[in-house]
Amino acid sequence: MYDFSYHTPSTVADAAAAMSGAEDGKILAGGQTLLPTMKQRLASPSDLVSLRGCRDLVGIASDGSTVTIGAMTTHGAVAASADVKAAIPALAALAGGIGDPQVRNRGTIGGSLANNDPAADYPAAVLGLGATVVTTKRELAAEDFFQGLFETALEEDEIITAIRFPVPKSAAYVKFDNPASRYALVGVFVAHTSGGIRVAVTGAGQDGVFRADGIEAQISAGQTPDSSSIDEGGLNTDIHASAAYRKHLIGVMAKRAAAAAS
Amino acid sequence: MSATGIGAAVKRKEDFRFLTGRGNYTDDINQPGQTYAYILRSPHAHAKINGINTDAAKAAKGVLAVFTGEDMAGVGGIPCGWGVNNKDGSPMNEPPHPALAIGKVRHVGDQVAVVVAESYAKAKDAAELIEVDYTELPAVAHMEAALAAGAPLVHDDAAPGNLCYDWELGDEAEVDAEFKNAAHVVSIDLTNNRLVPNAMEPRAAIGDYNKGTGEYTLYTTSQNPHVIRLLMGAFVLQIPEHKLRVVAPDVGGGFGSKIYHYAEEAIVTWAAGKVRRPIKWVAERSESFLSDAHGRDHISHADLAIDADGKFLGLKVYTKANMGAYLSTFSTCVPTYLYATLLAGVYTTPKIYANVKAIFTNTVPVDAYRGAGRPEATYLLERLVSKAARQLGMDQVDIRRKNFIPADAFPYQTPVALQYDSGDYEATLKKAMELADWNGFPARKAEAAGRGKLRGIGISTYLEACGIAPSAVVGSLGARAGLFESANVRVHPTGSVTIYTGSHSHGQGHETTFAQLVSETLGIPIDNVTIDHGDTNRIAFGMGTYGSRSLAVGGEAIMKALGKVVDKASKIAAHLMEASPEDVEFKDGKFTVAGTDKEVDFGTVALTAYVPHNYPHETLEPGLEENAFYDPMNFTYPGGCHICEVEIDPDTGVTQVINMTAVDDVGRVINPMIVEGQIHGGLAQGIGQALLESCEYDESGQLISGSYMDYCMPRADNFPGFQATTESTLCAHNSLGVKGCGEVGAIGSPPAVINAVLDALADLGVEDISMPATPQKIWQAIQSASVPAAAE
Amino acid sequence: MPTVSMTVNGKQMSGDVESRTLLAQFIRETLDLTGTHIGCDTSQCGACVVHVNGDSVKSCTMLALEADGADVTTIEGLAQDGDDLHPMQEAFRDNHGLQCGFCTPGMVMSAIDLVKTNPNPSEHEIREWLEGNICRCTGYHNIVKSIAAGAAAMRGEKAAAE
Repeated sequence: MYDFSYHTPSTVADAAAAMSGAEDGKILAGGQTLLPTMKQRLASPSDLVSLRGCRDLVGIASDGSTVTIGAMTTHGAVAASADVKAAIPALAALAGGIGDPQVRNRGTIGGSLANNDPAADYPAAVLGLGATVVTTKRELAAEDFFQGLFETALEEDEIITAIRFPVPKSAAYVKFDNPASRYALVGVFVAHTSGGIRVAVTGAGQDGVFRADGIEAQISAGQTPDSSSIDEGGLNTDIHASAAYRKHLIGVMAKRAAAAAS
Repeated sequence: MSATGIGAAVKRKEDFRFLTGRGNYTDDINQPGQTYAYILRSPHAHAKINGINTDAAKAAKGVLAVFTGEDMAGVGGIPCGWGVNNKDGSPMNEPPHPALAIGKVRHVGDQVAVVVAESYAKAKDAAELIEVDYTELPAVAHMEAALAAGAPLVHDDAAPGNLCYDWELGDEAEVDAEFKNAAHVVSIDLTNNRLVPNAMEPRAAIGDYNKGTGEYTLYTTSQNPHVIRLLMGAFVLQIPEHKLRVVAPDVGGGFGSKIYHYAEEAIVTWAAGKVRRPIKWVAERSESFLSDAHGRDHISHADLAIDADGKFLGLKVYTKANMGAYLSTFSTCVPTYLYATLLAGVYTTPKIYANVKAIFTNTVPVDAYRGAGRPEATYLLERLVSKAARQLGMDQVDIRRKNFIPADAFPYQTPVALQYDSGDYEATLKKAMELADWNGFPARKAEAAGRGKLRGIGISTYLEACGIAPSAVVGSLGARAGLFESANVRVHPTGSVTIYTGSHSHGQGHETTFAQLVSETLGIPIDNVTIDHGDTNRIAFGMGTYGSRSLAVGGEAIMKALGKVVDKASKIAAHLMEASPEDVEFKDGKFTVAGTDKEVDFGTVALTAYVPHNYPHETLEPGLEENAFYDPMNFTYPGGCHICEVEIDPDTGVTQVINMTAVDDVGRVINPMIVEGQIHGGLAQGIGQALLESCEYDESGQLISGSYMDYCMPRADNFPGFQATTESTLCAHNSLGVKGCGEVGAIGSPPAVINAVLDALADLGVEDISMPATPQKIWQAIQSASVPAAAE
Repeated sequence: MPTVSMTVNGKQMSGDVESRTLLAQFIRETLDLTGTHIGCDTSQCGACVVHVNGDSVKSCTMLALEADGADVTTIEGLAQDGDDLHPMQEAFRDNHGLQCGFCTPGMVMSAIDLVKTNPNPSEHEIREWLEGNICRCTGYHNIVKSIAAGAAAMRGEKAAAE
């Protein structure tokens, strides 16, 4: 990797200021995606602003109707949290299935969302549950936060501080792993929320995570979901799965998630 | 059997250092004044180099030197170790392989320049300043493209038609005659998928030059340091053996990929002489994908002639084998002498013909990978036999039994040059069927169907040839080296022993297995034995470890040297006991004289040899140290039966291996714990090939499975526990009766897995699936199946 | 160059590093603790696993500076109280859980973290836990057996007979 200037602010405000002052700064959260990318020399930030000193970004709070997770909370901590397991077990299970144990010990929810990898798991939960992304500047609805492949609504010096998940009546996440990378080839999150059924699909879409209206309608109508409503033209093709196979898997994963969430 | 002798499951002597972080791998070694090399590699599959400007890189901070192919033009190319002749007797095309590209690059990853700097990061930074002026050329990434009319030529006039050789074994007309009498002909087309070996330790090399003595030293991740010394010294850098030391310290797995002499070894050794400082190079994993020799990559068609009773009459095989862009050390013998000679398998097929075309493509060179040629032969044969059973309506087991070479037929001369010395294929089959509960399968299939799963069972009865190899035989077939092994047994004055072996351990546990031979033979505690290997300055000579040869060849050399030690020690003991040497017996570490109570132990004899005050000086030299070279009489022929049981989820196409049973005849087992471990590892690589691993190039020659993000490395959750055991007959031509166990797992298992997958899908009318049988491929096969699957 | 300080295997260590220095490089090159290995560049193989503040992490995917002030344990620092081997290391030796030894340090470090959170893991749980540790030699069979035996030993039980 190329060298850079390293900063360890102790408050998120200082972190935002450091970002503003950097020529081409990047926030370093758990680093489980950013550092491999930098090792491949595919990213060359002038400055890395580490959030490791911002202890107030770590933690989980649950009040019965909402689970709030600090941006620097690791996947491992979310997976192990008694509060999350009690309120939204599907979210704990999802976190426990991200990467491998060592990645879960370092990787954070904020870092995952800011990166918005189209094969990441968390975006499916955030969109599927209709969560709110809280930043140093504002609060963003899930629908507004995700802007396509590796793109989010975050501004250069805007930092995610927490994610607020409304507690659903029930929810489930089922994914089909890419056999090599173990990222989601297709992941489907189904939630019964106060506002109705929400279904989010990750891993498959050319523009990243998306809501599957057709599947939501099927589940709402009490039908067994399938992928007939999914536009194959909007899905990825790679050596592991064609768009047609991904479309098929969306149906299978949706069926399984719907059954688990019912 | 003693607790540390032959047959005992002795815990490994080498484990303590590995378990406590005290292993000594090449990248763990640092020399005073060490510099670092970064190799700039071609981003193009095929391109002309119009010029290279290294000025900015040379001027970069911390850079000592930058070299290109022009700078190394005076040294030799990377040699190929085996010449294969065409059908017409003419020699193969053998284009040059410069260590750093000259004029052209021929695959993505081809070495273009080397930067030597004070740190690796600085070398890599500076490499970005090198300007290479390329003119891209059309590339041939696959064999079909390479053979098309008017295809771009990888080596221009040096290999017309991109052909390395067009070789054959057997008489095609004679085999055709058998086909005229056949009641049935069963044909198959299949691909043996290209694999990347992926030893977990990436390759590394440290070159050093001592101006004072004129000696070069190379530390390298090699399975055979003496072979590297020979190839690099004699053919590339013209350094005589006495001025070149090659050390292969602890090596983190090889699986074939660390046999070959690689350009990076020559580059750092040569460059160390130029910059007069040690130079370390360590591959990043993505570099390993682009520079370690790949494995397999065959496309074959085969026809099997069968009589009305199901007996095989004749076999014809036509194979295209991908060599990649250059000929790696053993590349040429893999699809010929390690492949076609195995096509009889365990069967009495009387007439066999094979034709093999070796093809150049704009891809990484292909060479031996665990099994090397034998997995390809076994996969073809065992898929074909299972297909024949289905086509003829015969039972999978019955058709095999009907054609087995019977246990009383050994020695058995095959129609494809080899003479098998021993085996009992019925015995391994029977035991495997028992362990796998073959007869209980229909009930398990029915139970799985109740859960919506497709269950299948597959079998492979296989044989391989290893213990490589009788030098005279391989020499007559084109090998440019002998394939013997050497050993030196040094008994120290107090009776402890150091064995210097030309075999090389990179995971196989030689330090334990070989020590068991010593403990058994000399009757001394295993802790009094050290096995030394891997350093050309300490070891007299060696051909290294590959082709499951370490015990059958290297172990035999040790036994031979131990025999000489016992002979001499017996004479010393006879002198001490004032007896005639013929009357001295040696057992459990004690020399005795028959019919007397005279006794002297091994330690006393050793001390006497080095403190020869009371000694037969007139007939014996002092000291107790013996050398031996052993050249085998024949190959060894392990074989056995692998049975795989799978369940397929028809909704997703996911295959789960439920059971993997291997019963292998590996000859005498010295350490059953180590042997089973070797088989487990081979099975994982075989199942990996069958279900997970695939090296993929796009049409332009870019490697699209160039990291673990896309190349599916088997993980723990891909497998069940294995049932692996042995059921051995003894090798008839070596003293230990050993055959070899390193490769059997990877040879026998792929067809068992695919036969199981096809069995699971048979009811849907699916007749073929290619390796790796990924979920996507299986889902597609189910989609296009002639019989519809049950609704979701 | 920034200075980084941390406790490694119970000893206070510090060194000047480039910001881009990975924890794995600091451990191997600055501290000369070469038992921690690097087997890939995509954070997947797990040969580099160490413990940072008691949790297993991939030291190739963590900046040395991110470990400033941390308590780091490597394979060299596992055995305690004058023992030659930690019970998990012992279990790997007893069950032939290693061949070439290259992935072994990461396997052992990962396995100990598993037992910390799950003292009595099933075979299935062990296999799932090892998603981030790749071995090319053993087929995992004996690694899984070793970890089960190591977990039993860490619970204070004698390893069950086969």
